[in-house]
Amino acid sequence: MSQELDALYQEIILDHYKHPHHKGLRDPFEAEVHHVNPTCGDEVTLRVHMADAPDGVLRVEDVSYDSVGCSISQASASVLTDLVIGKPVDEAMAIHESFLTLMQGKGNVEPDEEVLEDAIAFAGVAKFPARVKCALLSWMAWKDATLSVVGPVETLEESK
Amino acid sequence: MTHELTGLLPELEVLRKDFPILSRTLAGGQPLVYLDSANTSQKPQIVIDTMVDHLERHNANVARAMHQLGAESSEAFEGGRDKVAAFIGAPSRDEVIFTKNASEALNLVANTLAWATGDLAIGAGDEVVITEMEHHSNIVPWQLLTERKGATLRWFGLTDDGRLDLSNIDDLITERTKVVSLTWVSNMLGTINPVAEIARRAHEVGAIVVVDASQAAPQLPVDVVASGADLLAFTGHKVVGPTGIGVLWGRREVLDRLPPFLGGGEMIETVSMQRSTYAGIPHKFEAGTPPIVEAVGLGAAVDYLSHIGMENIHAHEQAITAYALEGLATVPGLTVLGPLDATQRGGAISFEIDGVHPHDVAQVLDSRGIAVRAGHHCAKPAHQRFGVQSSTRMSSYLYTTPAEIDALVDGLEYTRSYFKLS
Repeated sequence: MSQELDALYQEIILDHYKHPHHKGLRDPFEAEVHHVNPTCGDEVTLRVHMADAPDGVLRVEDVSYDSVGCSISQASASVLTDLVIGKPVDEAMAIHESFLTLMQGKGNVEPDEEVLEDAIAFAGVAKFPARVKCALLSWMAWKDATLSVVGPVETLEESK
Repeated sequence: MTHELTGLLPELEVLRKDFPILSRTLAGGQPLVYLDSANTSQKPQIVIDTMVDHLERHNANVARAMHQLGAESSEAFEGGRDKVAAFIGAPSRDEVIFTKNASEALNLVANTLAWATGDLAIGAGDEVVITEMEHHSNIVPWQLLTERKGATLRWFGLTDDGRLDLSNIDDLITERTKVVSLTWVSNMLGTINPVAEIARRAHEVGAIVVVDASQAAPQLPVDVVASGADLLAFTGHKVVGPTGIGVLWGRREVLDRLPPFLGGGEMIETVSMQRSTYAGIPHKFEAGTPPIVEAVGLGAAVDYLSHIGMENIHAHEQAITAYALEGLATVPGLTVLGPLDATQRGGAISFEIDGVHPHDVAQVLDSRGIAVRAGHHCAKPAHQRFGVQSSTRMSSYLYTTPAEIDALVDGLEYTRSYFKLS
């Protein structure tokens, strides 16, 4: 009983929940989105700020957010910002893809710690179908906000 | 630490055996502690057996099959209507209309009112009055109606202790009011509303009164005439019946004046290519093959409840609710949303715990076999009124034991320690 719970509520998740990183809405930003989980009411308002680095690569400069929700959704937003801030946008999109695959894997996907770092703690969430949406809320908001600025992801890949 | 509470149903352990699901175990061998009956109730064996028997031995379409099975099926289906009529004290069985659920019953009313002509017609300048504690299914249909007709939607606010604020009733219910629609018992706050008093005021100005009895029908004796309602809705699956069937009761004079809802088979008198005339109530509102076995099961369900006695079930709910309120009060950081006096409320108790989100509360409780609901319970405006985004809700029923409440309180203590709040 407690083991199952511990698989869901990893220490890393509870730490991020109690002490979320990068929380709060900040300027500047190019896009802001508001996503809700209609079944439970969890909400996130999320802003993205991107800029071309000196090497000409578009980078995630900042992701800021304001949110209400459960420990899983809050911790997931915190981990997201740690992972994508400072990364080239296409690399951040690849991390997003990897997290999505993990979450939709029903617990059968082995997470790559090199790519996902703290986010591997969410591997246990994938076994609780009712909680997958909680974990994905801010990630979907980030993708939505980012794509509203850079256009469809195909464009990104074509430009590689 | 089970206490002897006054008002509990006698031989509760025997009664619980009527509900096969209550003896199952969950992951890890945990016994089920089912505290989500306001969401849906569990079903007694008699309801399950009655439905299986109908499907095994009497299945046929109703009212249109000229054979023995058709007659048996029609009799069983219409028997369900008789039983429901008796359960709610309907003056006539024809006033009982079967729908898909309570939401469809309320939408039937709001939609047919949109199409109504004469006295019941609603237009610009008219007002519909609801309350801030409604389930979304008694808010959205009225928003749709008033938007479509250019009418105005108004509502009763709530007091800090979770009751309807009736201080401005004379300002809210006026000559402009065409409909007053309210819940009898709140699914979130548990509040029992003074429906008859509000209905009296509404009738003084000529408005019709719609009552959402989804949470009342399972736990209070319902007498539709005494309630003051013109139209009253509830759902089968919360009164130990099956899903897929709801009930709309209406006073004949009102139902006769409402236009048909869905068009199709069984709701007509005669059809030509140019025009049709319609059947009388209840069939006017029951187009197509109805939920037959569900009506049969609902009949068995309300008979089961009547056999135990709604007064006795109400007393049981009050005893368990009082015991639960007492237990919840011992949990540090826990705040109950809604009235704290068990005699003034139903068996759904929503609460918050400082520092733990309702989802996480429900998850930890689930790991101990305790089923509760977490979220906004389809009552977002009521949550907003109390400045909360969501809550955890326990809801008891006739089969709930004090020991299950003890398990909940222990589970909440464990939840606090799990999230390191102790």
